Amino acid sequence: MNPEAAHVLVVGASHAGVQLAVALREQGHHGPVTLVGAEDHRPYQRPPLSKDWLLGKAEKDSVLLRSDAFWAERDIRVLPGERVVEVDRSTEPAVARTDRGTEIAHDRLVLATGARARALPVPGGDLEGVLLLRDADDALELRERLPDLRRAVVVGGGFIGLEVAAALRAVGAEVVVLESADRLLARACGPETAQELLDRHRADGIDVRLGARVTALTGERRVTGVRLGDDHLEADLVVVGVGVVPATELAESLGLVCDDGVRVDERALASDGLTLAVGDVANQPHPAPGAAAGSRVRLESVSNTLDQAAVAAATLLGRELAYPGVPWFWSTQGAHRLQIAGVSHADDERVVRRDPARGGLTTLYYRDGRLVAADTVDAPAEFVTVKKALAQGATIPRERAADVTAPLRTLVEQPVGA
Amino acid sequence: MPIVTFTADDGTDREVDVPDGDSLMETAVRQGVPGIVGECGGALACATCHVFVVDADPADLPAMDEMEDEMLWGTAVDRRDESRLSCQLRPRRPMHVRTPETQQ
Repeated sequence: MNPEAAHVLVVGASHAGVQLAVALREQGHHGPVTLVGAEDHRPYQRPPLSKDWLLGKAEKDSVLLRSDAFWAERDIRVLPGERVVEVDRSTEPAVARTDRGTEIAHDRLVLATGARARALPVPGGDLEGVLLLRDADDALELRERLPDLRRAVVVGGGFIGLEVAAALRAVGAEVVVLESADRLLARACGPETAQELLDRHRADGIDVRLGARVTALTGERRVTGVRLGDDHLEADLVVVGVGVVPATELAESLGLVCDDGVRVDERALASDGLTLAVGDVANQPHPAPGAAAGSRVRLESVSNTLDQAAVAAATLLGRELAYPGVPWFWSTQGAHRLQIAGVSHADDERVVRRDPARGGLTTLYYRDGRLVAADTVDAPAEFVTVKKALAQGATIPRERAADVTAPLRTLVEQPVGA
Repeated sequence: MPIVTFTADDGTDREVDVPDGDSLMETAVRQGVPGIVGECGGALACATCHVFVVDADPADLPAMDEMEDEMLWGTAVDRRDESRLSCQLRPRRPMHVRTPETQQ
């Protein structure tokens, strides 16, 4: 069959699924495309859920990923509120069935099932008033509790935890953040960046406790406190942000190899060479600058959904496309803007730029002498400079990188021959 | 609703109605205008909604704040005098912008 005419079924209608459908049309696919999403909402943006939207600063429609008219114009069928529960490949074409009994015959299958928030594995973890924050319904529930919120405990000092803590603090709640590691953001950025954000959140009045291991959540029906060994904190709300678990059930039912996500190759193809996976659920060859050959990663970011969707759409159309971008991340935590370009490792060499005049902090990461990543706090120009330099294969000489008297963009050296 | 004309790098025009109060970027992305990416959803984090303003009522071009100015140094196609990030524009009158060859 002409790949441009194949019926593509995309399971999952969040950023990755939507981008895949969009990329297919952009790249010339004209066959049927069906996008099935388990949530009862039209496809929407996730990042604002823990930021502006939580505080009521963003309108409902402003978080939609695409307008209703867009889907109609592109002739993409969107089915919200249905979960694909099985795919029967004994027939030709294969048929997917949803929990509502809808059957969808299709030629190609793309898994964009994402990830779900990890629950806190302690006694009391399922009490009322203990919230995870992953989807719009979680955010709605949290928003409803804001008016009479007095004391919130946030478990987890990663992106989500710190974003929510800053938002809750902004509405006047007492906020405690409990992080089990001895520093914040251990998965995302280096120690200087983590320390900077720790200082800033504490200065904002958030009680951040490191090395804090939650042993139980207490309360009868509703949560009223958090136990840390012998210590006990009162809380009328507990928000848990301790990472996610990739949603691989459907992939496993199809016999696809899964290991921290659905294992895919450079073309976004799963182990059967036929099914594709994109977004948070896909465990892919590491696409970041400087990544070791053979290393793999599951990236949880909007930027990855765009890049991987472009790759997967090309694959579906019988073409090959190399991962086009540089992975990047952002986390707006109250007034503090963390931006990350590339993916750093703990053993990278670090060069720190602190600009006393403007209050920004940039950490540049070098591996084998090569610039591979940067974290910035309130230094957007430095962030975009590094993101652009990495995309161009350019570098910033390490020996000059700490010189804050020179704008970072003036230190960029283009690759030889460029 | 003001009508905004987006001229792509290849010269193709696309007109969209911008609902009052919505940014040019939001409208363009939601309606699928090619040439605008807007990866960060308007958080001034990505510089992928770069436009060159061809014609606009001065009242629809608020002074650029420092953050937008800084982010514009990182656009995929180099900035020019008429560059703006379309997430910062909320036009109330007709406007004409050109999109760069690439945003990433």
